[in-house]
Amino acid sequence: MNGMEFFIDYSRCIGCKACVQACEECDTHRGVSMIHLETIMRADSVQTAPQVCMHCEDPICAQVCPADAIKKTPDGVVQSSLKPRCIGCSNCVLACPFGVPKYSVEINQMMKCDMCYDRTSVGKGPMCATVCPSGALTYTTRENIERTRQGLAIRDWQFGGEAVRTKVNVLVPRSVERIDVGIEQLGITHTNEYDVAALLAGD
Amino acid sequence: MAKLPIDVVTLVNQFGPTLNRVPATGWNSDVEPDRIVKTHCCFCGQQCGIQLKVKDNRVIGFEPWEDFPFNQGRLCPKGVKRYMQDEHPDRLKSALMRKEGTGFVPVSWEEALDKVAGEVRRIQQTYGNDAFAIIGGASLTNEKAYLMGKFARVAVRTANIDYNGRLCMVSAGVASKKVFGLDRSANPWSDIPKAKAILAAGSNVAECSPITTHYFWQARENGAKIIILDPRMTPIARNADLYIPVRSGGDIGVFNGMLHVMIERGWIDREFLAQHATGWEQVEESVSKYTPEYAAKIAGVPASMIVRAAEIWGPADTSFLLHARGIEHHSKGVQNCMAAMNVVLATGRIGREGCGYAMITGQGNGQGGREHGQKCDQLPGGRDIENPEHREYIAGVWGVPEESIPHKGLTFIPIMEAIHAGKIKGMLSICCNPMVSLPDKSWVWEALEKLEFYSTIDFFLSEAGRYADVVLAGSLMEEDEGTTTNVEGRVIHHRKAVDPPADARVDWKIICDLAARLGAGDKFSYNSPAEIFDELRAASKGGPNDYYGITWERIDRELGVFWPCPSLDHPGTPRLYEGGKFAHPDGKAHMQPVEWRPAAEEPDSEYPIILTTGRVVSQYLSGSQTRRIGALVDQYPQPLCEIHPLLAKKFGIAEGDFVKVESRRGSVIVRANVVKTIRPDTVFVPYHWPLERAANNMTVHNIDPMSNIPEYKICAVRVSKVPQPHDEISELEVEAGGVR
Repeated sequence: MNGMEFFIDYSRCIGCKACVQACEECDTHRGVSMIHLETIMRADSVQTAPQVCMHCEDPICAQVCPADAIKKTPDGVVQSSLKPRCIGCSNCVLACPFGVPKYSVEINQMMKCDMCYDRTSVGKGPMCATVCPSGALTYTTRENIERTRQGLAIRDWQFGGEAVRTKVNVLVPRSVERIDVGIEQLGITHTNEYDVAALLAGD
Repeated sequence: MAKLPIDVVTLVNQFGPTLNRVPATGWNSDVEPDRIVKTHCCFCGQQCGIQLKVKDNRVIGFEPWEDFPFNQGRLCPKGVKRYMQDEHPDRLKSALMRKEGTGFVPVSWEEALDKVAGEVRRIQQTYGNDAFAIIGGASLTNEKAYLMGKFARVAVRTANIDYNGRLCMVSAGVASKKVFGLDRSANPWSDIPKAKAILAAGSNVAECSPITTHYFWQARENGAKIIILDPRMTPIARNADLYIPVRSGGDIGVFNGMLHVMIERGWIDREFLAQHATGWEQVEESVSKYTPEYAAKIAGVPASMIVRAAEIWGPADTSFLLHARGIEHHSKGVQNCMAAMNVVLATGRIGREGCGYAMITGQGNGQGGREHGQKCDQLPGGRDIENPEHREYIAGVWGVPEESIPHKGLTFIPIMEAIHAGKIKGMLSICCNPMVSLPDKSWVWEALEKLEFYSTIDFFLSEAGRYADVVLAGSLMEEDEGTTTNVEGRVIHHRKAVDPPADARVDWKIICDLAARLGAGDKFSYNSPAEIFDELRAASKGGPNDYYGITWERIDRELGVFWPCPSLDHPGTPRLYEGGKFAHPDGKAHMQPVEWRPAAEEPDSEYPIILTTGRVVSQYLSGSQTRRIGALVDQYPQPLCEIHPLLAKKFGIAEGDFVKVESRRGSVIVRANVVKTIRPDTVFVPYHWPLERAANNMTVHNIDPMSNIPEYKICAVRVSKVPQPHDEISELEVEAGGVR
């Protein structure tokens, strides 16, 4: 992939779903979109967040697969499940800390983002990052990101006791070295930060 | 007749909208395209570069075009799915004639064109030349926009030609001409990331011009502070440095209040103003009463926000102000824009790198479509139809006597008024769906029904097309060749990807064939759109909007050329007003003092809530194209009424409830979307849907006295919870006007 890497900057996302629409246009995806665009809490905010496969260095989805259906390419891309092997058990769906793999009932198989391997393996950008109009998803060199962005690109995560290193980077404030996700953070929390009525009552 | 030939449900069954979900060759990675055509998206004024994949004269997919400098491959969902309008089951493939009780029947082109030309002449001989009106559109190529203006004046010989750009950004255009002397964004978008302060007013950038988002965020990476004015916290506002939830129509409060503070703090470039502007003294005097507290009352926001905006904007080294429909769609739209321009000029930060001003044009060719004679008061090259020299010059280009060119005609809303008054009896429209796009829909519908004859050129049967006597099957953007002018003033080349299907024809041929039947064939004997462009170049030569030095070859080589470009060796003009030299004869900017005034209809005890309307990212304008693309409809299937929980609670409305939003003119029944991201005195309904889901059922047809833009952005409504409707319109699919 010639030094090209994938970067996510959640703060840039505008929820337009260009990524979702473009994902299914990738030749090998054939009308099935594999990127998730999460609307966080529409009642409170317009915040959205795109989620591609993070392509873990030691992919948990592959570890838990009883059929050995999930393979990683030599260049670090974790592929979608192999059709002849996948038994549709959904272990990977439950195990992935990022919620990426989805089980498709129609084809009895797990499908997930493969970083548009047919494109990226021949030097093209993945569909989602190529079309993303906000730069929330970017496929470029690390050097280019460091030159053009204020945030820091990191790829180390801590989920409770589990340390995970991913191929995909996320842009975070410069003070952050690792993203720690504690169990207590999960669940729904309402916010008034974006409440227009509260802003108007400001004076 | 201009009445429905048969009921709506039958027409929907015959002509859609139906949804196209699968590419022409299926989801099949084995199909290799014959050709890849570098062209542009047709859905909005950003005009992103895109490549269309073509096989066997069918568009089968797309590939991003990363080398085109404006968008570098970036696209919004409309651009991604744009190719799904091709090979569409609803596509009109022949001329159609209205048949009472049946609907529409295919007829030969001879019969259809004879009928249209015959009706034009019958109406004109009976009621006078101006009794036949022409309506154009701002999604047409420059070539077609030029042709429509010439067709109206030379072939039909009516004064009454106007276009749907009148519904779009004309307030910005009038204000720009008045203040700067020229109607164009002053800067290329490449100046945005170089600005240290950005102010965007009334612009839902993330949904209406998504590609601009990246420019904003790049500015922020470079240290810019971003200010957003909008009654709704849109996605771009969420991460702005200062979000001002201005009351719809209150923008002058923010602008004048900012100026007031900037004067107090000494953030005015008085040297620039003395050298390069007139009217500053009057502006300074006019804002003296706009203390933050006074301004805050008008804007409907805390005074501290206005002070903070001045503190960001005033001392910045570089800055860029942008605005869009949110401040333009008002009966004081021109005033709103001029107040914004005063904030730019007062700092002298225009006409240099990273310093500028732009209106974010919304329609596909919103810029070029308004330059070459589709407007009722305009001749090609941005010339004035009442200026004797301009008339003489264009008469020479057209080879007609100057006195044969009609004088200024009516704008779009007054044309509808004239239909009501019985003065206009016939109409031909192209690229326009007034049954969705015009305000106060029942008033529009009554007008259409009064017409003796209505014909439309279109590729799908739009909601307005259902009222036509003759429908002429025209061409999609990718079925013809031509140029458009993007939001920056960059003239670009739309290449032809495929031929029109079956018996459909390219639009310019239809117009030329009609002109021939009206006895003007010798003036419309073009063999290609390239010949029309060459005539446009000559017609614009020496005018304010000078395209003379732009050729299709240059556009291809240089990836677009910015007008004015007066000669072949001229590099084009990406940035206007360099060196403080403005486009007025005296070279100065003409600042105008602006006083706030209320909207035509403010909320009252009977209708206590403000309705504001706008777009969603997955739909384009009246939806005639995008409501036929399955993936785009799935993304946001039906209009929702955004309402703040405080207001919703007052009326017992919960998320997902059906609500009736009702004004003095009409209503919609839609589902409620209860969100904290909107002012609690305002509700929002997007306008892309027809019939009982049309936001324009409620809006007013009051217009700005200078620009004649309708006041889409504010009217008074009441909202109530209702049961789910089950009438036959509500039972239609959502893309056709149903509700789920």
